[in-house]
Amino acid sequence: MTRPGNIFFLCLGFGALWGAIWTIIVTLLALFVSGIAFQPQVTSGALAGLVAAILLVWHRPARRTPALRMLSGLAFVLVLAAVSGAEPLGQPLGRYAFGQLLFVVILAAAVVQSLHITARDLGPGREKRYNVEVLCLRFLKGGGLVAFTIAVALPFFVMVMMSLKNQQLLLSNPLDFSIDFGLGAGTLLRSYIELFSEYRFGTYLLNSTLVSIATVAITLFFAVPGAYAVARLRFPGQKFLSRSILLIYMVPMIVLVIPLYAIFSQLGLRNTLWGLLFVYPATTIPVALYMLQGYFRGIPAELEEAGLMDGLGRFDVIRKITLPLALPALASVALYVFMIAWNEFLFAFMFLDNVDLYTLSRGIAELNSSEVPRQHLMAGAVIATVPVLALFLWFERFLVAGLTAGSVKG
Amino acid sequence: MVLFPLFANVWISFKPVTLGDLRAPSILANERLMGDLEVVGDEAEIRYRLRNSSRKSGIDDVVMADVLPRDLEIVSVDARCTLADRTIRCDLGDYAPGQREDVLVGVAATSAFLDAPEDVKDTDPVFDYVPENILTNDDFTLENFRRVFNASDFWTVLWASMYYTVAGTVGALVMGLFAAQLMNMAFPGRSVLRGLFLSPYVAPVIAVALAWVLLLDPGPGGTLNALLVQLGVTDGPINFLGQRAVDIRFFGLTFEFPVALTVVIIFEIWRYFPLAMLFILARMQSMSTDIYEAAEIDGATPLQQFRFISLPQLMGIMAVLFLLRFIWTFNKFDDIFLLTGGAAGTRTLTVNVYEQAFAVSNLGAGAAVAVVVFLVLLCFSVIFFKFSPEDEA
Repeated sequence: MTRPGNIFFLCLGFGALWGAIWTIIVTLLALFVSGIAFQPQVTSGALAGLVAAILLVWHRPARRTPALRMLSGLAFVLVLAAVSGAEPLGQPLGRYAFGQLLFVVILAAAVVQSLHITARDLGPGREKRYNVEVLCLRFLKGGGLVAFTIAVALPFFVMVMMSLKNQQLLLSNPLDFSIDFGLGAGTLLRSYIELFSEYRFGTYLLNSTLVSIATVAITLFFAVPGAYAVARLRFPGQKFLSRSILLIYMVPMIVLVIPLYAIFSQLGLRNTLWGLLFVYPATTIPVALYMLQGYFRGIPAELEEAGLMDGLGRFDVIRKITLPLALPALASVALYVFMIAWNEFLFAFMFLDNVDLYTLSRGIAELNSSEVPRQHLMAGAVIATVPVLALFLWFERFLVAGLTAGSVKG
Repeated sequence: MVLFPLFANVWISFKPVTLGDLRAPSILANERLMGDLEVVGDEAEIRYRLRNSSRKSGIDDVVMADVLPRDLEIVSVDARCTLADRTIRCDLGDYAPGQREDVLVGVAATSAFLDAPEDVKDTDPVFDYVPENILTNDDFTLENFRRVFNASDFWTVLWASMYYTVAGTVGALVMGLFAAQLMNMAFPGRSVLRGLFLSPYVAPVIAVALAWVLLLDPGPGGTLNALLVQLGVTDGPINFLGQRAVDIRFFGLTFEFPVALTVVIIFEIWRYFPLAMLFILARMQSMSTDIYEAAEIDGATPLQQFRFISLPQLMGIMAVLFLLRFIWTFNKFDDIFLLTGGAAGTRTLTVNVYEQAFAVSNLGAGAAVAVVVFLVLLCFSVIFFKFSPEDEA
């Protein structure tokens, strides 16, 4: 048994903090899932976390076996129950008994596991500054992960859950996100069914897809030769051109809206998808040029020169050597442009008046009124989010490589 | 495609154009039979009352044509009109803005007409004319700019814009840096979390903005307010997106804390930290590990390693990100528009463009604000390019 030193006392503090953090989170989770008004017992949680930390970190790292961790968890549960007056989640234990038990076990496991990871290989004796920093950073990073995850996930969670409820339930108990699977899929997904049957979301989905894919095609058609020219060929004004790409990148959309609105109104292009197909590529081509030229520069010129030596024409060199090499970049640019076009709101909102031509963004904007129940609004949001998110996550690796290759060089 | 609208925008900013003027002016006609035709030989007049629909732009070369009722005897026609068979054709020349006039045709009743009266309105007059285009005429004004700079809230708007831009950019960068540190650790479920962290940036702005609006709703059904009340943090709901400011007392000093603007900035940070994270993470993973190993041997602590090794290497990408994000945040319109609509002190310059052009429907004034936006941006660009020439790409 080593004498407890600074690490031990720090761990006590972190134990209390983890106890408080997880008590809040798990209690709120229980509240969301069950709809019962649970109250986080923060002080009890902190105290219980402290006791659990004493039990766990008192021992050397090698002796913190699963059994010891279970014991520490048990201590957490007992202290939490005792200090909170047998109401670990702020409600009498008799109510929703099995659920409460489950959540308390989850809570104890989360606290002990966090503590165990934070204090891994360290303690309980006195350590140098290096290890003190390691310990503090571990806690900070753990807390950061939890905080970021909650902050990012909460709006999406609310979005999905609201879309499955009905207006009356939402207004009477906004914290109740429990899902009654007994209702059957038809009732749960009613908002989605109504959006597709009554609000023509099928048309919107089709319009959005068409516009986005056409934008990608047009953008690549212009950006690939353009980026190649800027990156490889030498011609007067090349420097100026590659700089002005960056400048165009910075022109605010809202500055373009007014003249385009005025001109398109007079040309009769305003309320058409063709109008959007003029505007979207105009805004995405600079982005695509910028990303692609960075990538083209990264491809060794020797490869192309070798092709030229072997008697290929410039065009064949591009087709047979450069483009295959740039495929990841092309894919990522295509995906990025698709994302921009799919998510675009301003021009769709300003230009489209005809319900048949609405894109998803425009369609959702139409739902944003007090007459449309909010679960419809959220269902619309989910419908717009899922395709682009799925596509993005599927190709994420590609995108990250391509996005950053253009600008980040050693 | 980009430069032309820019130019057009400057052009419009000097013009007295409102939204209604975009509809081309037209001739409004009202045709009526004046007088009673009861017995054969009774005389009456067909009156065409004509008006230029626009009070601002003229119409050139107006020509009117109409078919007169078959059985009426034509007694007299206006001097500018010619009659061929039953078709009357009048060459009316140019109409000034808002001009109105009457064209008269004298007629007399015949027995055939009295047997089967025909309404003169059965055939509508047909017009042929060249409307003046409000966008291309040579009518210029400085009124738009005068209005923009004299508006009482112009400086408030500019201040809100700057506060939003600086706080949003710095916040997103710092959060991105922090998130990149987290994602640079190895732990189970990392790729899942990375996907999750990127989702605010990938999801459509309208979807996430409306989710936030419902989340922060001060009325019944607002999740966050219900949560805060449940936790005992606040007594009543807070109107996050509708409240301009609260007073905060701090050491006897009273500060005005802008609520809605801060919430909008938090949304901006939430939505754009993934981009910063992505780039910083890519840079971090391309760093060589040798230098860290050397530092480790020399006994540098983790914080020292971060401060003296990681941070200097990240400065380049951070500067580029700052530049880009600063300008994009300044340009941002839809986020604020969807969250607050520019209410409660969140009206930035870009929202003001929309407000002037489409809510007040004064296109010219909107374009003038847009010119101001563009000038401010140009200043930023010049400053940035001057101070960081080597950071470029």
